[in-house]
Amino acid sequence: MSIGVKRHPALVAAHYGALIFLAIVCVAPIVLMFATSLKLQTQIFTTGIHFIFTPTLQNYRDVLGEGSFQRYLTNSLIVGVVSTIITLVLGCMAAYGLARFRFPGRKSVAYISLLLRTVPLAVLAVPVFMIWSQVGLINSLWGLILLYVAVNLPFTIWLLYGFILQVPQELEEAAAIDGCGPIKVFYKVVLPLIKPGLAAASIFTFRIAWNEFILALVLTDRATRTLPVAASLYITDIGVDWGKIMALGSLIAIPPLIFTFVAARQIITGLTAGAVKG
Amino acid sequence: MRTPRWVPWVYAGPAVLVMAVACLYPLLSALQLGFYDWSMGTPWSEAKWVGMDAFLRAFQDPAVWRSLVTTLMFAAVCVVAEMVLGIALALALEGKVRGMAVFRTLFILPMMIAPIAVGLTWRYLFDAQFGLLNALIGLFGAAPIGWLAQEHTAFIAIIIADIWQWTPFVFIMMIAALANVDGAVLEAARVDGANWWQATFRVKLPMVMNVIAITLLMRLIDAFRVLEVIYILTFGGPGDSTEILSLHIYKTAFVSQRLGGAAAISVLLLVVVASLSWFALRLSNPLKDEGRS
Repeated sequence: MSIGVKRHPALVAAHYGALIFLAIVCVAPIVLMFATSLKLQTQIFTTGIHFIFTPTLQNYRDVLGEGSFQRYLTNSLIVGVVSTIITLVLGCMAAYGLARFRFPGRKSVAYISLLLRTVPLAVLAVPVFMIWSQVGLINSLWGLILLYVAVNLPFTIWLLYGFILQVPQELEEAAAIDGCGPIKVFYKVVLPLIKPGLAAASIFTFRIAWNEFILALVLTDRATRTLPVAASLYITDIGVDWGKIMALGSLIAIPPLIFTFVAARQIITGLTAGAVKG
Repeated sequence: MRTPRWVPWVYAGPAVLVMAVACLYPLLSALQLGFYDWSMGTPWSEAKWVGMDAFLRAFQDPAVWRSLVTTLMFAAVCVVAEMVLGIALALALEGKVRGMAVFRTLFILPMMIAPIAVGLTWRYLFDAQFGLLNALIGLFGAAPIGWLAQEHTAFIAIIIADIWQWTPFVFIMMIAALANVDGAVLEAARVDGANWWQATFRVKLPMVMNVIAITLLMRLIDAFRVLEVIYILTFGGPGDSTEILSLHIYKTAFVSQRLGGAAAISVLLLVVVASLSWFALRLSNPLKDEGRS
């Protein structure tokens, strides 16, 4: 549609109609999850469609009341926050090194990390389980954090690499002439300019560490379990306690939902990075 | 100003070390593990060298072939459906409207929430007794279907969930790409008498071909990596009708406890994904602007 041409109102209405329909398709299942978490088992077990029901927080009370919930939540938060911080620090440094220096081995580092970006986690789970068992990293939060840092580094490095390339090197040189050391140059000049990249990278890393459950399932035990693993264990052979599991699912979904609403633009930058310029 | 040779490694070293220890080394040991027969819980010294046995057995195992076929069909159907839907919707809805930012935010929600939540929600939607889907078709008088209890419908179910989750990705990529198309070129085409159809297929789409290709590859790679949603939704069942390769690897390793066998299949999956990634790299290489050095 060329700019400046006024479109027919009916066309605009159809446009909005289609967008609203798509938005409903995207959001309805998520809303349903939250709605189910507010229902009692008896309400869930009635068949048919019921839009009106008396919401109850009983499922949340049950889930939160279980002694181990707090431990799982703490584990998830520790793993999410610590992996994100370490990934950002190491990723920033590596991206800066790759962007600003030409050195022997640079291309190997670049290509290997680009290929590591797409490793299937199931493939990683088997040998990591074996190695972590031998070196005592199994069932420890550090073992999980180390792995999450490693799988998130490639994406973080390449996202930030793109941002750092756009920082004019003259700015850094000017700051260096003014007497700033390399660390101060990085803090005062580079860091403020790559903030959108840092936001996107931290959201993506936190989201993986917070949401991931196959590696966590394999590498943790009762004491170090994260929330998604705890949720998966609610599914038993006898059946699914829908109310409780949906309450837990909703609680797990809340942080990513908040991030999405706060920083949708940065997330889209991250999603389209590498393929679309602009 | 000459920098000492070790300076770049001060920056890149720590990240390289972590990736080497927690990604590269495990992948290489998966390769090694494929040559051994080792049971979980026993010391590594008791592992038996079996040579190419595990690889040969993997290639002769009908379960592996079935899983490979399931994976290929799943990937093909999902990716084609997502690309067609995503591109069509983007072409139809690319025009600038107020509030597009809000819509885009809502569209990325399915890929932001935890796979476990996605799996649970769809498992509930497809539930035979009180799932919303059966309630909906019940309105039209249809008998309830045991979606996740029959092989064909279970396969459809995992595809629907994937399409729901990832079509928005294609849509967002395409909207971003189309927004970058030079308006002057389109204007010129229009002046030359091109209709909507010609402008779209002869001018617009060719200009975003690179993005289409890279999006297609990203979706393909991800379709081969999917695990968690299907783990929750069907756990590969009924039978092994939805047992994609990642899930087959997981089950071989941690349910049947055959780590060597799992490692051998892992190598197969890794080769597939690595070759796709290699193509992706050729299309969208962050180093490509540098010239040869």
